[in-house]
Amino acid sequence: MGTPVATAIQNVETYLGSFTEFQKRAPGAKLTWLRTLREAAFARFCETGFPTTHDEDWRFTNVSAIARTPFFLPSGRKQLSEGDLQLWSMEGTAARLVFVDGQFAPELSDTGSLPAGVSVSGLAEQIAKNPQDVESHLGRYLDTGRDPFSALNTAFLNDGAYFHVRRGTVVEGPIHLLFVSTASDVATMTHPRNLLIVENEAQATVVEEYVSLGGGTVLSNSVTELVAGENATVSHYMIEREHKQAFNISTLRIQQDRSANVASHSLLIGGGLVRNNVHPVLAGEGGECLINGLFIGEGRQHLDNYMHVEHASPHCSSRQFYNGILDEQAHGVFHGRIVVHKDAQKTDAKQTNRNLLLSDDAQIDTKPQLEIYADDVKCTHGATIGQIEENALFYLQSRGIDEASARKLLLLAFASECVERMKEGPARKYAKTLIHEQVLSVSAHVHSAGGLANQGAKRTWEEVG
Amino acid sequence: MSLLQIKNLHVTVAGHEILKGIDLTINPGEVHSIMGPNGSGKSTLAQVLSRRETYKVTEGEVLFNGKDLLAMKPEEAACEGVFLAFQYPVEIPGISNAYFLRSALNAVRKYRGEDEVDAMDFLPMYREKLKFLDMDEKLMNRSLNEGFSGGEKKRNEILQMAMLQPKLAILDETDSGLDIDALRIVANGVNSMRSPERGMLVVTHYQRLLNYIVPDYVHVLVDGRIARSGGPELALELEDKGYGWVEAGRQTAPASL
Repeated sequence: MGTPVATAIQNVETYLGSFTEFQKRAPGAKLTWLRTLREAAFARFCETGFPTTHDEDWRFTNVSAIARTPFFLPSGRKQLSEGDLQLWSMEGTAARLVFVDGQFAPELSDTGSLPAGVSVSGLAEQIAKNPQDVESHLGRYLDTGRDPFSALNTAFLNDGAYFHVRRGTVVEGPIHLLFVSTASDVATMTHPRNLLIVENEAQATVVEEYVSLGGGTVLSNSVTELVAGENATVSHYMIEREHKQAFNISTLRIQQDRSANVASHSLLIGGGLVRNNVHPVLAGEGGECLINGLFIGEGRQHLDNYMHVEHASPHCSSRQFYNGILDEQAHGVFHGRIVVHKDAQKTDAKQTNRNLLLSDDAQIDTKPQLEIYADDVKCTHGATIGQIEENALFYLQSRGIDEASARKLLLLAFASECVERMKEGPARKYAKTLIHEQVLSVSAHVHSAGGLANQGAKRTWEEVG
Repeated sequence: MSLLQIKNLHVTVAGHEILKGIDLTINPGEVHSIMGPNGSGKSTLAQVLSRRETYKVTEGEVLFNGKDLLAMKPEEAACEGVFLAFQYPVEIPGISNAYFLRSALNAVRKYRGEDEVDAMDFLPMYREKLKFLDMDEKLMNRSLNEGFSGGEKKRNEILQMAMLQPKLAILDETDSGLDIDALRIVANGVNSMRSPERGMLVVTHYQRLLNYIVPDYVHVLVDGRIARSGGPELALELEDKGYGWVEAGRQTAPASL
């Protein structure tokens, strides 16, 4: 076991090579504040290296496969055509921004139907044109100290989506951010960085989607900083549907001001090793946050959902609902951390994680973690792990519905709980279709009747703390 | 031909023999009632007939319209015309009553070589049955049985039965937990479905239901065997003397009533 450590250290050196090279040509390389931000983050990454399963935050997710692989930045941007993107086209969008291997592709993007009061562009372009707008937010919210991947992203901060919705502006359709990773002979890493600012009383929906075009070893390590002003309403969707060998690490850091209402919907269906961090900070009074998620794993997929919900002000409420469906040898993780600060009285935080295991080899680790420093709060959490209920299956069959269809219906019902929490609109419709397809694909796997005989292995626990 | 023919049926659950040789024949148009104390095997019989796989048949044979019922999966039995009104209907969040019922109806119709019904044709039929069973129309879009009261659940079972039009209706303690008004509605629903072609097997612990659904035959099940059979008057006699009377007559172990 000595070798991987040595390899990991060597790899920090390959990262040093990449970083030195990157610093010369990076957007805003001449801006001192940005240079300092990148350098400090890189120093932090060198200090910690990649996390191991000894870190409490990474107990259930082993990233040594990422640490071992020497990843390189993409050498240039491939030219894609509109036809290449057909699979991921969403109806009714207000704008679409396409990123190919981490870089903004204006020729594939469309921002034509946005209302006045909204600026949308690639982040690199924004850094070049209006660095002062970017400076007041970029990197101000993300905690690079706790998470090495966030540090790495900041060190290699290059391009991503930038949008700014001015006060009181309502963007009707979703803004679709499509990140396409293309096939390459060498292991490629991208570090998409998104800065999304929704001012007071403004309203927007954003869909961040990660997809692959062709195979190859890719690491997508993204960070999104989402700022919701007073009374702002924001829906954010994260959809991971890269190929089944891809590495995907993503962090959504939400900063909520007074009475802001934010919904985060995470949908993990693709990728081989996936870690999705959602970190809202309810910084102003009366904020509301919904953190909704669904993960569907098959094969040897590893899907890790890490929540860190921070209540920093009084009278805020947060709701976490995560449903997992795991088949074959898939491994799911739900880590729900809720931190209630000393002054955040009257906090109302709730967390629910429900899981269905469809095979004997599928695995789920679910862990609540409550840190409460205020004394007048309401926090509850609960998790269930089970199989498709024999009772329910028999009930449907006894009405004439064949076993395969009955299973499909029950899986769809379980998954649709997640859809029900999304606001009506094009983004929900898009997500629903995707979920439907994925559930059909999973329910088409052949299951022996033996799956039902294992009812004894069913484990259910519910705790209220 | 008989609708249902049960010959020497033995059934075990988790290694315990629950049914120890049942013989029963139901002809089209007949309503049979199975009565018996707790643990006598009434519900087991009902579930075996609707083909629940957790029950193992160790001996005997069951013919349904001349076909081997025990070789059928639950959905095949349902499509052939067996319907079980559950003692404890299952709650399934995320599937609406309407969607579920239309899926079931179409599965059965497809099996019988009939055209599937679309939502336009389905809704009026559904509304009519809801009204007949004095159920709120809003229930149709709610999740299957979720949050239903005991009475609503039982009525929902009868509603499903009325939609699926089975050849053999098995009612498993449909009266348990119902107040007298709900009981009347349920019984009225069941009686409206009595016909010369249809057979019914009414499983109940209490005689009360049989005041409303008057059976042609009553069988008393004790310790996995039919201890006594007779006409509707047997139910009244049982009500009067209690199950201990039949059990004593069979000289079995003392009743635990």
